[in-house]
Amino acid sequence: MEVLLGITGKDFTIMASSKAAMRGATILKATDDKTRELNKQTLMAFSGEAGDTVQFAEYIQANIQLYSMRNDTHLGPPAVASFVRGELARSLRSRRPYTVNLLLGGFDSITEKPSLYWIDYLASCVPLPYAAHGYAQYYCLSILDKHHHPDIDLETGMKILRMCTDELRRRLPVDFKGIAVKIITRDGIREEEYTDDHVVRSA
Amino acid sequence: MDTLVSRYSRPAFVDREYTAEDQEDAYQATPSLSLQFALPPVSQASSWLRAMTDDHSNPSCPIKIAHGTTTLAFRFQGGIIVATDSRATAGNWIASQTVKKVIEINSCLLGTMAGGAADCQYWLAYLGMQCRLHELRHKRRITVAAASKILANLVYAYKGMGLSMGTMCAGVTPQEGPALYYIDSDGTRLSGNLFCVGSGQTFAYGVLDAEYRYDLTEQEALELGSRSILAATHRDAFSGGFINLYHVKEDGWVKHGFNDTNPIFWKTKLEKGEFSNVTAELD
Repeated sequence: MEVLLGITGKDFTIMASSKAAMRGATILKATDDKTRELNKQTLMAFSGEAGDTVQFAEYIQANIQLYSMRNDTHLGPPAVASFVRGELARSLRSRRPYTVNLLLGGFDSITEKPSLYWIDYLASCVPLPYAAHGYAQYYCLSILDKHHHPDIDLETGMKILRMCTDELRRRLPVDFKGIAVKIITRDGIREEEYTDDHVVRSA
Repeated sequence: MDTLVSRYSRPAFVDREYTAEDQEDAYQATPSLSLQFALPPVSQASSWLRAMTDDHSNPSCPIKIAHGTTTLAFRFQGGIIVATDSRATAGNWIASQTVKKVIEINSCLLGTMAGGAADCQYWLAYLGMQCRLHELRHKRRITVAAASKILANLVYAYKGMGLSMGTMCAGVTPQEGPALYYIDSDGTRLSGNLFCVGSGQTFAYGVLDAEYRYDLTEQEALELGSRSILAATHRDAFSGGFINLYHVKEDGWVKHGFNDTNPIFWKTKLEKGEFSNVTAELD
């Protein structure tokens, strides 16, 4: 029951991931970071099989950096997404594939547009204005369908995110220990303070 | 392709003191993970292992793995407390009541053992060897982060082949201060302030979470660690025996005894009035 959310707007991408690291019926850690920075303007959020997730994310992170060093070039979000999808597709056809679902948020400094890719463990890759993984999809996509517009500003984006997390806290059967929020703009990636201690009333 | 690329790109940094030969040496010096083990000649090693070892569905299974434990470790103002029980069970059989589940990797690093006893013992001994090699190669002690990552990468390489271990690495290094990591055979590796691992983990968490603070005094912390293990040995059938207690400080770990749970239980009950569900009278 890990939560991954991504929302793009006029000039930003918001990435949110739940902070609980669970194993069986136990929460092992309540401040887990399920994201890795691939380069200055791309952030990857991941969920799925324990162990596979971090291992895959750090493999991708290292190889994106290696590619940029070798070729002395910056990789934009579409290039990164293609690379990640390719690696997942290759792994899918191996003896033991990575079971990892991803959201890839970024800001394309050439087109000056935010970007978001939804990638699952079967190596489907879809560019989307907003996306979610896991049970969060069932609760949040309808909210996003109703309230999201492509040219929203950051404040509206955060407001929609709040609606999503409130709904998750209301309806998800387990406590996912709140979310960590990171925002990608043309200036890079920054972590956003996100307090989640108000009372959410249920029906 | 790489040669083509290297011809047309300038290097991102200037090659300094490392020649190709040096790099080759460094690479060769790092032992591969390919310690050769004989695997059963079947397509799915893990499902075969499960069939041979599953005590639940097949009580007459040919291999019985030693399982069941309570281990805990937590960080506090004065360092790290590590505590374990000492029972090893194989199915419903108590195989031993005097297991050392804290493994002394070196004078500043401890590992704990939960899950398959053989897996833990073997791989923590292997980790100890790797840590010593790191020390010799780099002329300084390994960080807890690095040591735990060696173990995490190792078990990840064997993922799906039936390894079963849940361990914690605790240590104090000049670079990190007191550091605590949780590693399990799924390949999960987490840093944190407080972990309990094993079949009795929930009971230990119950006592520990309720009274844990970072600014615990040394005496309080030792008491809380041992009381949490006691709680788990009382409620979990697969935990028991002795309480093994360690305190990791800046200048290395200190052992605080390997004490029988039974007298501690009765002392706690009679002096503090806890465990009131257990009756002492024989009428």
